[in-house]
Amino acid sequence: MTVIALLPELAARAEGVAHTRVPTCSCEVGGTLADRPDGTVVRHADTVAKAHAPDADTGELVRRLSLAAGLPEVFLPPLGPAPVDLHGRLVTFWPYGSPVDPDDPDAAPWEAVGTLLALLHRTPVPESAPVMRGPLKAARAVAGLHAVGDHPAVAPVLDAWATLPAWARAEAPMPRPAALCHGDLHLGQLVRVPGASWRLIDVDDLGVGTPAWDLGRPAAWFACGLLAPWEWGRFLDAYRAAGGPALDAAEDAWAVLDVPARALTVQTAARTVTKAVADGRPLDEVDHALVDACRRIAAFPADLAYGSTK
Amino acid sequence: MQCPKCRAPMHTYNRNGVQIEQCSGCRGIFLDYGELESLTRLEAQWSQQAAPPPPAAPHAPAAPQAYPAAPQPAWGAPHGGHHGGHHYGHHRNKGFGRMLFSS
Repeated sequence: MTVIALLPELAARAEGVAHTRVPTCSCEVGGTLADRPDGTVVRHADTVAKAHAPDADTGELVRRLSLAAGLPEVFLPPLGPAPVDLHGRLVTFWPYGSPVDPDDPDAAPWEAVGTLLALLHRTPVPESAPVMRGPLKAARAVAGLHAVGDHPAVAPVLDAWATLPAWARAEAPMPRPAALCHGDLHLGQLVRVPGASWRLIDVDDLGVGTPAWDLGRPAAWFACGLLAPWEWGRFLDAYRAAGGPALDAAEDAWAVLDVPARALTVQTAARTVTKAVADGRPLDEVDHALVDACRRIAAFPADLAYGSTK
Repeated sequence: MQCPKCRAPMHTYNRNGVQIEQCSGCRGIFLDYGELESLTRLEAQWSQQAAPPPPAAPHAPAAPQAYPAAPQPAWGAPHGGHHGGHHYGHHRNKGFGRMLFSS
């Protein structure tokens, strides 16, 4: 088997598309934005090329690109309707957008996150939409943790996972009412392009599902003590103000948020413990906050009245 | 029900619509799932009525003390309560960096 060096080829493709958009390209800015097993992203000037996960499905990706292209107020629109093949990897092209500043927590666009999610969740669901992949990602993160072996943080995370209903473990369909969901929301999924406000990126998990899942990660950060109550409040208030349907009928938001927040705490803890062990480093304070939350989750059974599927 | 600590009988009381069980022996209190959240919510409403927070300027970080206690799940971490945002200064930058990634 020939090992293809993906990065230089992806960079060449990004350059090629960038030069069709701007023939007078100065070629001054660019580089690798992300290089992970589930996706590699390269920038050339105002153009970005993404190589999707090796197991990405062409048909589903085309449908997800089409969804994003049809929602230019919510998603950064792709440069083209279909992926191209690069040695077996699907590659898509996008305009470059500025990310959230990692060094300035006060500038985090919590209102925009809440508003964009509400707009997405209010979109009528097209029949062709694929299934949102959030619970599948959580299940994969937990499967990865099984390979870690003997580590004191493994058992609490698995115990917390065991409190979840089948749908949140990707073992049963998600409860209705369904909505169009991002599926992997975090602050790295927002960018700003010149002349526009914040937009969502990353369509890989986009699809039909339980909208509360998209609120689950901020909810998890808040419940783990990583997100301050006033920032959590800004996010939640913006989501409600924009008519977000996940919390519509719920008097107590946590009746709806509990399961997704548990699931995303477990997913985040599973990933971070797996990575710490693989890197041979001890758990840091954020890791401990996540694992401690898993211990508390395991001590309180989930409210199975919501979202239980028989 | 019986007190899990001293085994004396527990009596049910209703406090502002929240049912709590108090032990007739050691005076310990038992809360069912969700009842702590209900009490937190009542406390938040009470403190809002007692001292309405000044309207915050848009995008300015709100003063932690002025924000009413946000409800959270039974398994939530302690959020510093009335002692303010001390806890966040500690975790904040590191935790914020993690929010930018899917990990």
